[in-house]
Amino acid sequence: MKQLLSGNEAIALGAYHAGVAVATAYPGTPSTEILQSIARMDGLYAEWAINEKVALEVGMGAAYGGVRTLVSMKHVGLNVAADPFFAVSTTGTIGGLVIVSCDDPGEHSSQGEQDNRHFAKIGKVPMLEPTDSQEAYDLMGWAFDISEEFDTPVLLRSTTRICHCKTVVNVNKERKSDLRQPGFQRSPAKYVMVPSNARVRRHAMEERIVKLRAYVEDFPLNEMVLADRKLGVISNGIAYQYAREVFKDASHLKLTTIYPIPANLIRRFAQEVDRLIVIEELDPFLEEEIRCLGIQVTGKDFIPIIGELNAEIVENAAVEAGILPAPSKPSLRPKAPAPQLPARRPQLCAGCPHVATEYVLRKLGFSGTGSGKELKKGEFIVTSDIGCYTLGVYPPLAALDTCACMGASIGQALGLEKAGVPNKAIAVLGDSTFMHSGITGLINVVYNQGNTTVIILDNGTTAMTGHQGHPGTGISVTGKKTQQVKLEKLVEGIGIKDVTVVDAFDLKAIESTIKRCLDNDEPSVIIARGPCSLTVKTRGAPFEVDADECISCYDCLDIGCPAISISEDKAVIDSGMCLGSACGVCAQVCPQEAISESRK
Amino acid sequence: MNDVNVLMVGVGGHGVILASDGMAEIGMNNGYDVKKTDSLGMAQRGGSVVSHVRWGKHVYSPMIEKGEVDFLLGFEQLEAARWASHLRPGGVAIVADVVVIPISAIDGKIPYPSWDEIKVTLAEYIDQIYLIPATRIAEEVGNPRAVNMVMLGFLSAFLALKPEAWTDTMRLRLPPKFRDSSIEAFIKGADEAKPMISVKGP
Repeated sequence: MKQLLSGNEAIALGAYHAGVAVATAYPGTPSTEILQSIARMDGLYAEWAINEKVALEVGMGAAYGGVRTLVSMKHVGLNVAADPFFAVSTTGTIGGLVIVSCDDPGEHSSQGEQDNRHFAKIGKVPMLEPTDSQEAYDLMGWAFDISEEFDTPVLLRSTTRICHCKTVVNVNKERKSDLRQPGFQRSPAKYVMVPSNARVRRHAMEERIVKLRAYVEDFPLNEMVLADRKLGVISNGIAYQYAREVFKDASHLKLTTIYPIPANLIRRFAQEVDRLIVIEELDPFLEEEIRCLGIQVTGKDFIPIIGELNAEIVENAAVEAGILPAPSKPSLRPKAPAPQLPARRPQLCAGCPHVATEYVLRKLGFSGTGSGKELKKGEFIVTSDIGCYTLGVYPPLAALDTCACMGASIGQALGLEKAGVPNKAIAVLGDSTFMHSGITGLINVVYNQGNTTVIILDNGTTAMTGHQGHPGTGISVTGKKTQQVKLEKLVEGIGIKDVTVVDAFDLKAIESTIKRCLDNDEPSVIIARGPCSLTVKTRGAPFEVDADECISCYDCLDIGCPAISISEDKAVIDSGMCLGSACGVCAQVCPQEAISESRK
Repeated sequence: MNDVNVLMVGVGGHGVILASDGMAEIGMNNGYDVKKTDSLGMAQRGGSVVSHVRWGKHVYSPMIEKGEVDFLLGFEQLEAARWASHLRPGGVAIVADVVVIPISAIDGKIPYPSWDEIKVTLAEYIDQIYLIPATRIAEEVGNPRAVNMVMLGFLSAFLALKPEAWTDTMRLRLPPKFRDSSIEAFIKGADEAKPMISVKGP
């Protein structure tokens, strides 16, 4: 049956048909939909783990228990999970264990760009990578088989353009039924990595790679297409699609086994062609592996190493490098210079519960210093974390000083304090991020007697990745009620004495609480609680501006609400977007009290 | 069976993704190889949304190269202008009468362009430019969110597939509550196109 599936949906369906019994993940673009898809299927266990490290540890246990297990995450998630990743590479598995790493070339929705193919090599773990949804579906079956046959976790790498691109999939399998029953066999030499055992496993790892090198030579999803022998193109992932589109007449070798590479197959291909190039996104990973075989090859000397590729980039680079002739496109008409168009920056939604807190932070802590200037006395530093609220870095809110990696805000704030920086630092992070890795930083503050103020922006969901549950929501990935972890009790439990819960839309309460906490000599936590505007069930009657009262001061624009604009010099509110009394922040900002609930 | 490259651009929350998903599936159900891919801004709502839909005998790249777009569907006027340079000579721009002013235009250094200015930008690349009263049509059918269906209907008038080829697939995708009104929006969109079309597309 033909189905139009995204790469993520195809990975989920492929895993399901391969008989996966346990699936676990922490949401992260572009990987989130894998677990969301698989959680809708019957006959397996799926969960949102609190972070990628825990997800992989759960996956490790399930695979030790003999069942097929899927763990998925975004590229930076594998950094979080690196410790168990190396550990499970050392122990190997019993049930198949497939770790999906979804990289984000071009940083569509990430704090950094990294090529996780390197993880395969450094972890001594085989890696597969699809070029479309069909292969994502097919490779999952192979990945589980390889994992069990070679006693190893398998990495399946995907990228944003595979994860989120929909292509036609011939769904030709049914769910595998002849699978191992769960059960644990004692084997301390395999599972207990004291040095004496780990040294033995090191040899097993190297022997495994040698066997895998032979195995991948005949892997059926690597494909050689011999056409014009003047040029041979080796490519993988989405770059293969661009290579086929751009080098129409050339010979092609598509690689789906990324590590180890099929050395003899590549040698044969190299012998067939006059000139060999590699088209790959990000690092010259294949190129360097191939060069180590003693084969002359080029790639990154003309293909960009940074960002996402597309056919146009590949074509222009090949023309410039003299590999392709300049295209004889129909002469375009002469163009007037393109007009300047206003940008559409990402922004917080109308009615967003983060706006009021960030507005207050701006007002209290950023009294006029700009980039590159020393802070004045009384100003404070806002260390931020990763989530929707990071959009508060953009004007008009512009209320953040840092954003690095999940949970970092709290450690950064303590570090600034302990370094002796005279201005106080306030850490800001979301409820999901706090559960992910903020909690450990906060325990560290308590233990080391910092006086950090932490603001948890608690919108009751993991909003940026599309509203997933986490322990604070008490809702599981399948939508069922589960034990809720209460933030205020959690932070009290670790020893924070000054804990305040404020209404996320109440400017006065937020301002007075922040001021009080700044003067405090002990650590404090402010939980600013209010629902994500996209999940609000009852919105109030929209607010409107009384044009007679509006003095065109535009203070209301300082909250950056997309529902507010200017018409004939007066502020106006889009009634379709406004959440009314469910938010009401603009009315609190207006010095004229010109904004109130619509009487229409 | 000609290749068809459609670029749908707009603002989050206006149904661009639903329309491009639907169009990709319609292509598949009618014998094309198809690929479709989106670029979304970070924001859940209000950011730019770009969807590439490609129908062909065999489609490699999911993204349409600059200068290869047959049809630019602008679900929002400013976004249509932003992507004008991706049209191929002889391509067609279909733009909804929807304006969403970004914050950067409100505090005012670069103003939001008028339709006449947007039209001039598009005319640098192509001759066929259609501004569609999609909001009015969607309101007429009692489903203000069906602007995307009006746009697909208008586009369908340029392509070889019969109306049923579109509506059969869409019926299955639409929630029952909006099914009839959405199909009506599609048909009205197609009707709107017929007297306006000067040259048949690919």
